[in-house]
Amino acid sequence: MLANQIGYYSLILGLVLSFILSAVSIKDFYNNNQGINQKVLSLSFLQFFFVIISFLSLILSFINSDFSNETVFNNSHTTKPLFYKISGTWGNHEGSLLLWLLVLTLFIFLFLIKSNEQPKKYRILTLLFQQVIIIGFFLFLLKTSNPFNYLFPIPKEGLGLNPILQDPALAIHPPILYLGYVGSSIIFSASLSAVTQNYVSKEWAKHIKKWILISWIFLTLGIMLGSIWAYYELGWGGFWFWDPVENVSLMPWLTLTALLHCVVVLERRIALTSWIIILSIATFMLSMCGTFLVRSGILNSVHTFANDPERGIFILIFLFVLIFLSLGIFFLFHKENNKNLDKIFWLSKEASILINNWFLMYFLSVILIGTTYPIFLDVISAQKISVGPPFYHKLIVPFLIPFLVFMSLGPKLDWIKSKVENKFSLIIFFIISIFLSFFILRKLTPGVLFNTVLISPAFYLFFITTKDLFIKKFKNLSQSIAHFSFSMLLLSILFNSILSLEIITNIKVGEKYNFDKGQIFFQKLEKNKNSNYNSVIGHFKINNNKGKIIYLKPELRIYNQPVTITSEADIKTTLLADTFLVMNLVKGKEYFNIRYQVKPFMIWIWISVLLLSLGGLMSLLKKKYEK
Amino acid sequence: MKNKIFLFIIILFFIFCFIIFYKGLNNSNIYTPNINNKKDLPIFISKDFYLETEVNSEKIFLDNNFYILNIWASWCVPCRKEHPILMELSRNKSIKLIGLNYRDNLNNAKKFIDELGNPYSQILIDEEGTLAVEFGAYGVPETFIIDKNKKIIKKFIGPLNQKLLKEIKLFLK
Repeated sequence: MLANQIGYYSLILGLVLSFILSAVSIKDFYNNNQGINQKVLSLSFLQFFFVIISFLSLILSFINSDFSNETVFNNSHTTKPLFYKISGTWGNHEGSLLLWLLVLTLFIFLFLIKSNEQPKKYRILTLLFQQVIIIGFFLFLLKTSNPFNYLFPIPKEGLGLNPILQDPALAIHPPILYLGYVGSSIIFSASLSAVTQNYVSKEWAKHIKKWILISWIFLTLGIMLGSIWAYYELGWGGFWFWDPVENVSLMPWLTLTALLHCVVVLERRIALTSWIIILSIATFMLSMCGTFLVRSGILNSVHTFANDPERGIFILIFLFVLIFLSLGIFFLFHKENNKNLDKIFWLSKEASILINNWFLMYFLSVILIGTTYPIFLDVISAQKISVGPPFYHKLIVPFLIPFLVFMSLGPKLDWIKSKVENKFSLIIFFIISIFLSFFILRKLTPGVLFNTVLISPAFYLFFITTKDLFIKKFKNLSQSIAHFSFSMLLLSILFNSILSLEIITNIKVGEKYNFDKGQIFFQKLEKNKNSNYNSVIGHFKINNNKGKIIYLKPELRIYNQPVTITSEADIKTTLLADTFLVMNLVKGKEYFNIRYQVKPFMIWIWISVLLLSLGGLMSLLKKKYEK
Repeated sequence: MKNKIFLFIIILFFIFCFIIFYKGLNNSNIYTPNINNKKDLPIFISKDFYLETEVNSEKIFLDNNFYILNIWASWCVPCRKEHPILMELSRNKSIKLIGLNYRDNLNNAKKFIDELGNPYSQILIDEEGTLAVEFGAYGVPETFIIDKNKKIIKKFIGPLNQKLLKEIKLFLK
């Protein structure tokens, strides 16, 4: 009750502070003093403080199951375990927006502290642009999705947190992902302010690179956690489904990756400036667009919380205000730097980075079109279509081949102008990878030719980065690690998709099912009662042709608040492959529908993404840029 | 000059996107799954809201009418919103509205009806929430249309609105 009031009024105070902060910093902008007024810093901290108070009081209401709060009532239940009560705070529309706001205010405060060496006007303008975003979110939160709505009469029991959201990977994935999404807001504000101050320079690149890396690391981890959740909890037997919301998180990742590479160029020489600004703007706009697509309910997906058009219209208008604002600033203030400096020699590191950028943009446009096209078509011709994995696979996979080749060769080149040295070893590696992939695939799969063409560049990248990692030792280690793990990621994904085995059948207790590589035996059924759900556990014994025996126990859970049936897959993980079994009820019959899958190298997908973000982290912690 | 044309085209493009998204938002996105094989009404015994006597489901759906079964509760905020629509529906003579009071405090529920009016020809009590489950409900409010052969032919998840009201009226014709 009290927490409710405190939370609500801290939000209003936070909004008021936004205006005060803007006024004070505008005054400070025209002041000739060195350095930012201390007041601005303290006000910014105060704002962050109020938002955190508000967030904590929402958490408190969730912990206490205070059902006089509408958000708590809709999303919690007294029988929920404590951990999920807390994670319920951001597992819903209102709470997750509050989290957005929390990260926004946290990041701008950190930015102010950490940017002491930067020009004062640039810092203040960044703060002002960020305040525009913050005010927008405050208004959105207070007007359309107040997390502290009061309910009377006070209900006795809540409506429960969706049971598929009761999973540890999911519970921590929104905060991590948001750190990435919202982190890009700083890049957005900073690049706009750098444009107005004509400060897009080498120093700026060094300073903004840190923020890009922070966003990139969190976004990478966030996407991975989301995908882990989809794999373990949704039980669809895969880790990436090209679901609109997954796409929406991948799009800013692509622009952010492109931006990261361009900024490395800018650190060396003044080039690609317009492109860098456009990428910075695009990254945040895509994050916002993601919020819009997810929160407005315009798309149907596992993630859509809200089906309230009013909210959608608010974010939509806000999104386009920001787009037009940044377009205006870009066209008004941006000056192309000296033209002849912009020339890039075709055989240089810059050129290869630029080429990879084009590929990334191509992937981005495929995903963007695949995600938004159904909306356009629905509005224009009232046809409902859904764009599925085949579309993405057909359009993306072939272009991975040149992408990987450029990625292998690019880091070998020098800045500005270079000659290819060690041609011999590069060619030898290429031939080895072709032969290797051919011999591996010959026995395993029918589609040898296409898969060989696809796998060889992945192997090529793998060999070259492995060589770099061990031979070049500590020279640019972070880049070597990141590229190495990316090649590992692609190899695991490719082998995973080529070599997966799947069996779907109906089976009843005591029955055996034979397939060409073994046998599935449904031994017995066990029933259990838990605090917030009842469960049915199937005992399966799987014989491999090689004499290996695996026991798997998939589970069906019947949650009571709200009544929902979920199926929990049982997954046995080894270094080489995951075995995966999930069962579902067949209505009105004693049969169970089971899906048995063997997925090679699953764990390597997660490991390589972890390594990938480690590469980013190392680059962030690195003190000096190595030549 | 070139830049200005470029800017103009970009702005036009974004305005176009804005219009599309804006229109897309107003399209209803509530998909009600089409039930292909119509579901039979469950057979149950429940309590009457006012008389507190036991009633048999077969006696409720006796008339040769269309029935609409609406699951509601006094603590359910969206129910309050959809109530005027139920009141409007109740004026239609060709249908009978049955209310199912879901996991509620009886006093609060009676106050709710006193305050907002009673659209239902009969109200049943589902104290434990088991009946709603038998109907296959996900939560409150939910509305089921039952045809003359006593089969559930359509269900609406979430509160009714003017758009769905039109849809229901079309259905009844």
